[in-house]
Amino acid sequence: MKLYEYEAKDVFSKYNIPIPQSSLVSDIYGAGEAAQKMRDVVIKAQVHTGGRGKAGGIARASSPLDAKNGAKRILGMSIKGFPVKKVLIEEYREPIKEMYLGITIDRKAKCPVIMASPEGGIDIEDIARNSPEKITMVHIHPLAGIHEYQARMLANSLDRNKIPDLIDIIKKLYRVFIENDCQLVEINPLAQTKDGIIALDAKMVIDDNALFRQDFPEEENGSLEEIARKNGMSYVGLDGDIGCIVNGAGLAMATLDMVKHYGGAPANFMDVRAGANEEQVKKALEIVSSGKNVKSIIINIFGGLTKCDEAARGIIDILPDLKIPLVIRLSGTNEKEGRAMLKKYGIHLAASTEEAAKGVVEIGNSNK
Amino acid sequence: MLVQGITGHEGSLQTKQMIDFGTNIVGGVTPGKGGSQVQKQPVYNSVKEALEETDVDASVIFVPPQFAADGIFEAIDNGIELIVCITEGIPVHDMMRVWAYLKTSSSRLLGPNCPGITTPGASKIGIMPNPIHMPGNIGVVSRSGTLTYEIVDTLSKNGIGQSTSVGIGGDPVNGTSFVDVLELFEEDPETHAVVLVGEIGGTAEEDSIEFIKQMSKPVISYIVGVSAPPGKTMGHAGAIISMGVGTALEKIQAFEKAGITVAKSPSEIVRHVKNIT
Repeated sequence: MKLYEYEAKDVFSKYNIPIPQSSLVSDIYGAGEAAQKMRDVVIKAQVHTGGRGKAGGIARASSPLDAKNGAKRILGMSIKGFPVKKVLIEEYREPIKEMYLGITIDRKAKCPVIMASPEGGIDIEDIARNSPEKITMVHIHPLAGIHEYQARMLANSLDRNKIPDLIDIIKKLYRVFIENDCQLVEINPLAQTKDGIIALDAKMVIDDNALFRQDFPEEENGSLEEIARKNGMSYVGLDGDIGCIVNGAGLAMATLDMVKHYGGAPANFMDVRAGANEEQVKKALEIVSSGKNVKSIIINIFGGLTKCDEAARGIIDILPDLKIPLVIRLSGTNEKEGRAMLKKYGIHLAASTEEAAKGVVEIGNSNK
Repeated sequence: MLVQGITGHEGSLQTKQMIDFGTNIVGGVTPGKGGSQVQKQPVYNSVKEALEETDVDASVIFVPPQFAADGIFEAIDNGIELIVCITEGIPVHDMMRVWAYLKTSSSRLLGPNCPGITTPGASKIGIMPNPIHMPGNIGVVSRSGTLTYEIVDTLSKNGIGQSTSVGIGGDPVNGTSFVDVLELFEEDPETHAVVLVGEIGGTAEEDSIEFIKQMSKPVISYIVGVSAPPGKTMGHAGAIISMGVGTALEKIQAFEKAGITVAKSPSEIVRHVKNIT
């Protein structure tokens, strides 16, 4: 789960990581009011995507009127498909130097890695690509935590003249990372100003698997992704017209690949997960069939924890309301029962992923 | 073998399946439920209590994600040789701590978020459906669950038996890697060739290339997620193309460059296996 900049900065302030004074607003009046208090401000779009600066989602203002105008423009924007609903009005702090500090999980080393670069403000991927020598990486033993010498090494690589301040921020940021179950926490830029070092931006990604012990409000947007997640499933929208429902992520990817292989275009990825029951299969069909452009649906279940007869019941429940042709493959646990139930409804049953994928693509072709 | 979380719905159901397959289960563990019975197996309050009564060299974990890491720690502390964790959805920070702890022990962890390990005709630790397996000489190793079933099923239906099938799990931090399993297959006299099933995310597949090149046995690979967009998690916590790393195409190209056969579909795996055996 991605946090907004303002949410991440709220967390930072709880840990006493220095951030500029700011106010979150969702209309121009709020923007004007906030600017009155702070005079020289930056207006920043709050969206879950990078590159908002380049897209015009950040503006400076030195009067309440300027701030209102800036907020009006940005609040009407859509950045990479994300409509801007909130802006952060933040006091402007002139950076003398912009640095980078981030913590993420090194999958290969299976532990946290802290990354620091004296050149920040731009995309860390660009720094990594163009001048990897400018990034200092330090791996942290998850049972020992960060050692003083490690923080000092990182601080030294950022700015030799500010080592104590930087050590303090690095250690606090590591606590943020651990205590909030972060997959990523990033300060870019970490700026040196005439009044000291300050986090001008903040990025946090929380591990979805740990949300049960974290307290971050989930944003409701009514998206199919969200409905699926609330039902214990995983949905990703794609551009094509063939709806896909599969149990298990690997098999789902294989199914999508096969659909593509036979010349079709998947409309979505939908993993109903191991152990999906009747209700979930039914819900999955509801979600997938409500997707834009969906003209046919492939259901591919290899029962292990999932039982084929339960899946069949879920399909039959929704069948009368469904106007879209289905191609179904059921194998594994209780396969015979499941297949027998569906046969009564005259539904064609495929014996393998490949046969089902081919079948669903052929339906699309014959309708063209 | 011990079943941690035996009194849960899945734990109980799968215990029966494993016994039916021939696995020698000697009991289960659920804190607070000691003294009861599940599938005619004694239930203990702790792993330690179980070890006082019986001999155990493996444990399978069905404990819910909030407590699963604790279950793994308990198994490690009690010197269980092989720990297979089926649980899906364990926080990655828990798994980093588990891994750091595991490294200092002699236990081996398979998973989490995996279907386990099956040796047809002998025993099964995990949740792979019983009927799909057939004894033979192909080793199967995969990051997925149901896709493993699909591959094993396809092999069996085409008359190709398996020596052992292993699912290493789809999480970003897991216990046993492709290379660990490939090493075992290389040493295993029952295994004549290996099918490796990979997917997008991370570099687990690429990391196995150097070892595969040194193997005396042929390896046929199959990588899924060619159609996956970057930045979106495809169901598995580990299946995400992030910072441009971990695309299926990159993995396929790396394998092909190293001279490793890459199948484009399950039926192509069968064709390749038949060609070499």
